[in-house]
This record gives sequence, C-alpha cells and structure tokens, in this order.
Amino acid sequence: MKRPKFLNALLHSEQAGLLIAFVLLCLVISFLTPVFLTGANIKNVLRDASLIAIAGIGMVMIILLGEIDLSVGSSQALVGILAVAMLNQTDSVGVALLAALATGACIGLLNGLLVTRAKINSLIATLGMMAILRGTAMVSTKAVSIQAEIDLFAEVGTGYLGPLPIPVLIALALFVLFYYVLHHTVLGRYIYAIGGNASAARLSGLAVDRTRVAVFVIGGMLAALSGFILASRLNSGQPNAGLGFELQVIAAVILGGISLTGGVGTLGGAFIGILILTVLNNGLVLLNVSSFYHDIARGVVIILAVYLDGRRKESLLKRLLKS
Amino acid sequence: MADVPVISLQKMHKQFPGVYALRDVDFDLHAGEVHALVGENGAGKSTLIKILSGVYDYQQGTYLIDGEEAEIGRPMDAIERGISVVYQELELVPTLSVAENVFFGRLPHTRGGRVLWAELYERTEELLGQVGLDISPRTQVGHLGIAAQQLVEIAKALSLQARVIVMDEPTSALSPQEIERLFELIEQLRGRGVGIVYVSHKLEEILQLGDRVTVLRDGERVGTERTEDLDEKRLIGLMVGREMAEGVSRSQVEVGPVILEVEGLTTARVEEASFRVRAGEIVGFSGLMGAGRTELARGIFGIDPRKSGEILLGGEPIPTNDPPAARRMGLGMVPEDRRGDGIFPHLSVSENMTIAALAQFVRRSRIQPEREREEVNGMVAALAIRTPSADQMISKLSGGNQQKVLIARWLLKENLKVLFVDEPTRGIDVGAKAEIYRLLDDLAKQGLAVIVLSSEMPEILGLCDRIYVMSGGRITGEFGREEATQEKLLESALPREMMEK
Repeated sequence: MKRPKFLNALLHSEQAGLLIAFVLLCLVISFLTPVFLTGANIKNVLRDASLIAIAGIGMVMIILLGEIDLSVGSSQALVGILAVAMLNQTDSVGVALLAALATGACIGLLNGLLVTRAKINSLIATLGMMAILRGTAMVSTKAVSIQAEIDLFAEVGTGYLGPLPIPVLIALALFVLFYYVLHHTVLGRYIYAIGGNASAARLSGLAVDRTRVAVFVIGGMLAALSGFILASRLNSGQPNAGLGFELQVIAAVILGGISLTGGVGTLGGAFIGILILTVLNNGLVLLNVSSFYHDIARGVVIILAVYLDGRRKESLLKRLLKS
Repeated sequence: MADVPVISLQKMHKQFPGVYALRDVDFDLHAGEVHALVGENGAGKSTLIKILSGVYDYQQGTYLIDGEEAEIGRPMDAIERGISVVYQELELVPTLSVAENVFFGRLPHTRGGRVLWAELYERTEELLGQVGLDISPRTQVGHLGIAAQQLVEIAKALSLQARVIVMDEPTSALSPQEIERLFELIEQLRGRGVGIVYVSHKLEEILQLGDRVTVLRDGERVGTERTEDLDEKRLIGLMVGREMAEGVSRSQVEVGPVILEVEGLTTARVEEASFRVRAGEIVGFSGLMGAGRTELARGIFGIDPRKSGEILLGGEPIPTNDPPAARRMGLGMVPEDRRGDGIFPHLSVSENMTIAALAQFVRRSRIQPEREREEVNGMVAALAIRTPSADQMISKLSGGNQQKVLIARWLLKENLKVLFVDEPTRGIDVGAKAEIYRLLDDLAKQGLAVIVLSSEMPEILGLCDRIYVMSGGRITGEFGREEATQEKLLESALPREMMEK
C-alpha cells in the first residue's frame, strides 16, 4: 500500500510523531479550558505523570524483553500498606522506604522465577500475582486503610524541591539513570537483544534467564517505589490503591512506541506516551467529563496504540522477508 | 499392468524465484505398481509430490490421468481424482477419533446437519478391516502409536477411493514388525490395482518392494529403471555426481593440537557422539536432513540438555547446559536459520556483531562506542561486508552479508578457539559463497578450528580436511579428504534397519 511520503517519514521517526500528537493535544485542551495551563494544574499533571513514569520505566524494560507485568497495581497497594506499617512501627521514613523496595524486589523475584523456572507465560504469572497481592493487601488490613503517623512521610509525595514536586524529580533522575542503562550498558544491550530474538540471544551465549529475572526484580522495585510515593500522597496505606494502574502504565508505554512483542522502543518515546495519557486524563477531568467516559477514552487509546504498533511491525516484517 | 498409466507427468518444469525445483521431469505410474522415488535432499522429490497432489502449479509440462489432461488446480481436485498422499509428518487431528479423522470434512450427516454416528463408525470399521487395524473406530487418534496412525491415514485414502497413494518416508518411525505389516498391506493394495509412489531413503526397502525406481538429482530425472536391474551401488551412483562447488579450495593444512574433544555425547536427538578436532582443521559433518548435526552442535554448546558425555575445550571441560560458559571458553556457533536464530532484526549491524563479545568493549560498566566502532569497522572491511554503514539496520542487508555479520560476531571474540558453522552458504548467491569459503579457509590458516555442518556434499568435500557423517543421531562414518567421495558419504548417511539377531 502506498503512503504519502511525509506520512512515511513521520511514522518512521516515532518520537517526532508522538511529540506532535502531544503538542496538539495540549493545544486543544488549553483552548477548551483556561485552567489547563495554570501553574497549579501543570504541577498536578506532572505529579500524576511521574507516578506512572516511575513504574513505567520498569514496565518498559520488561516489555522490551518480550514479557509483561500485570502485578504493578496490586504491588502498589501491598507496598503502600507495608511501608506505612513499618513507618508507624519504627518512626523512620528511611526504614519504610527500604521495606518498600525490598518487598518490590521480592515480588519481582517471584515473577521472574515463575517465568524462568516454572516456565509460566508472564501474562499468566503476573496476572496470578496481581490477584494474590491484592488479596494479601485486603486480608492484612481487613480492607481498612492504615493512616501514617509520621508527618515527614507525606513530604515525599506532596513536597517540593525548589519549583519541582519531589516525585517529578525522582522520575527525572530515574529516567536519566535508566536511559543510560538501556543505551550504554551490557544489560541494556542484552534486553534489546533478548526481546528482539530470544533464540538468537541464547545461541549467542547470553544468560537469558538470568537477565529476565534481573529485569523483573528491577521492575518490581520501581513499582514498589511508585507505591511508596502514592501512599505518601494519600498519607495512608490503602488496600484499594492502584486499581487499574497496570493498564494505564501498559497503555502509556505502548502508545509511546514500546512494542508488545519485544525489542523495540525507547524510554524517551515511552515518557511522551505517558505524558499524552496523563494530559488526556487531566483534560477529561477539567472539562467535567463524566468519569465513565474516561474509561471509554482510555480504551480507545489502548486499541489505537496497539493498532499503530502492529502497523510499525508490518513494515519491518516486509523488509526481513526480502533479505 | 495396464497399458495406459494411471498418472503421467511429462516434461515437468517447476520454478521458484531464482531456483529451478524441477526441470524437464517425466514420471508415470501404472495401476498396481510400486514406483519408488529417490534423491538427495533438495533433489525435487517433495516438489514432484506436491505437483501430483495439486498443492503446486507448474510453469510447463503435462499432467495426464488415464491418458487425459488432469486439470488439477488445487489439492481438492487431486483428492477427487483419487490421488492421496500420506505425509511423513502425518496429518491427523490427535484429539479426534479415528472415524472422525478418516471421514474428516465428510462426516455422514442428515440434511439438517446432524451427524450419523452409527453409519460413520460402521463405514470406518470396514475400512479399518481392509488395512488390518484391529481397533475401535472411536479410539482417539492421539492415543495411537505412529504405525497405527499411519494405517489410519491409509484407511482415509481408501475411503477417498484412492487409485494412487503417495507414501512419503513411510517407515522412518516404524519397528521391523510394523514395517512388515505395512509391506503386506502394500502388497494387498497392489493386488487391488492401487498405484503407489514410494518416497524413501531406505534403499534396501525400495529394492525389495518396488517395481521401478526413479532417481532425481538437482531437479532433473537422472533415470528410471526396473528394480530387478539395480543394486544399491548403482542406485547410489545415480543419486550423486554433481559438479564440485564453485570457488572452493583448501590451502595447505597446518594442524595444531587437539582443541575440542567430544566423548560419548548423548542428548535427546544425539546418540553417543565422539570425535576430535584440531586447531587449524576444517572438519565437516555431512548427512541427510534430520541426521542430528545441528542437534550435535547445540548439545556441545549447551543449548540442548546433555544426558551424558564429556566435552573438553582446550583441555577444560565445558559445563553442562551453560551456553554463556561455553561462549566464554571460546566456543562459537553460526546457526542454520539466519533469520530465526541468528540476527537481531531490530538492531544495527554493529549491535548484531558485538553482542557476543560486549565484555571486551566495556570499561567501568560503560560500553565504549569508539572502541566498538573501531572493531566493527575493522571487521566490515576485513570480511568485505557490503553495508552503507555499521549503524545500518541488519534487516536491510542481503542474506550473504548478514551471514558475514554472524560470522564476524564470533571472530570479534579474542579467545575464539572453535567455530561451528551450520549450513554456511544456505540461501546465498554464488559470489558470496566463494567469499565465505575463502574466509573459512583463512580462519583455519590462522589456527581456528572450524566445524562445518552442511547438507551440500560438494561444499563439504571441497572445504574440509576430515568429514564425519551422521545418520539418525549417530556418527556413522569418518573420512579423510583424500578418500572421501560423494558415494561414500551418501552411503554412510542413508538410514539402515537395525539388524536383530
């Protein structure tokens, strides 16, 4: 099928296309409501986006590998509860943070082992974990939230460092770190290789399973961090936290160019995808659109994202078949 | 035998882009005849069968049934005219019953669509009786052994009123008793006027069972003879005999110490393989498809689990099932399936090339792009890889150049000792083939041990210092360069019945 040349170029420089879409979206919304471009609103949007972004970094790496993690939402809830419980026990934010990260690492390790040792498809394995973690969160709190008793705790999620909200700073710092990892380290190269062709990776002597477990652990810790920050914003551990969060994260990163089959996509693109979805959410709220329409809008975006992903792969397949 | 052949193919021509699969081939079959079809891999046997059964069309030629134009446009036409094929892989649905498989797509039913089970089972039972299979038609096919499944397929062919049954490697998975039963059935079918095309590598069977044999080589018919006029030696002689591979030559061999020792290696598809390779040698593994050569390499590299056996690389044992360790010790493998197991399609030439040797470019956890670029560009020049730049997506390169990148992947490794190359020139044009042969020759001259796995005998004979032949997962022969001939290689490669006392 012939496509007009400029569309061709656009589709090939994915980031450019995404940026344009993002700018257009912002223009449209700011046109429809003056509140959008106010300082307070922008900070809110960025804070919301950073929560998705932190977990999103982990999800990007996992999907690049050719796997997926549906347990991040439930993980947020469980980690939030554990963190607040530890906080109240020890009066230390630091210990609470460490507990959160440790829990995230364990969850990630479990996910990784289920995939590499038990040979369970990651969709199913993390789906099961999603249910188990959520259930554990409910059971341990008897479905009641736990209030944080130390004031400092709330600072993390709601405080500022200069003009920027702390979560935004954390997200940016992690972006820089993991951009480096993905593009300049052996681990990053291995992730792209294994995701692109796991069989070739094995035949090139890469430690495929070990890499998978490592990435799940990292993803688990990042999801846990986002859960910690969320709990800090709510100043409590909530067993209902993060419901539907995993779908938001996945939709955002796929929109940003991370292919579901693995090996394709960049962190930068993913971040733009996250911004687009967050701005969309924000716009719908500002325009007083009923929250039911939010779900419809999100669903449309997810389908659109995966459709575009399929079209991108099609052109690569055509090239491969010719060689 | 009747005068007019049931099937007659005349001057068949079948071409695929860039390749002649069949050239000017004649083939006919009389009622009640067993006509065997033999040839090496790639000779054109399966193409011929697919033309017979309507799967392929053809550029030129005549296809007559009972002396008249057959007009077979698709597989259904062939089936309706009474031509059935029993493939080696068997095409039954394991979760359905025998009866449902035999009458697949033709279950007897009322006009409203309700299946008439009683009639189905009755008719199936009758057919099972004809093929000598004493089981209930309700049996689930997946519960049957291969021999029984094969008989179900034949029953299916009979239910379709087959006048011609093509059997593709029918005895490869059967025990001696089951083979005898099959032969008896074939005799019966023959008596009833069914013509049988028997495709097989088992020359003893063909000489025992067949009336005539047609030998194909490189898409052409080398000859058709009555089996009474043939013996194994003559048959093998007809099957081989291609020209030598172009551009292959081997330099003077300067052989070093033994670098790879394999003792009694057994995996799921390999039995007790033992051999030695010296530094500076090019050793070849020849054999038919499925003989186990690729599985041997995978077993040594650690990809396939090792059941038993010892492997020593440079005197050090290679740990079991640990490909990263094998790689670190100096083992490399260029796989058979470039696209599926070799290249990383979304990555650049450079990234594809350095993936197995990244540790050499890392300092303080960082991959150094300058060093990477330098080494990669060096390889691109040394191997004459045609690419606009090292950052080009590998999917844009031609097959031959991709292959060079895959070889370069291992050459970049500083401590590479042994390189396996599986089908080094598959899907590559003649010019690039010659370049790869030269490259492999150079590598051996520099002291590398090169192990070539190949189905192309001229390639192996031209390139290798020593040749092992594999068949059925075992090493069945070893030949030095001087003594090796295509006939000897093929003879060792053909499957043999296990002789029981």
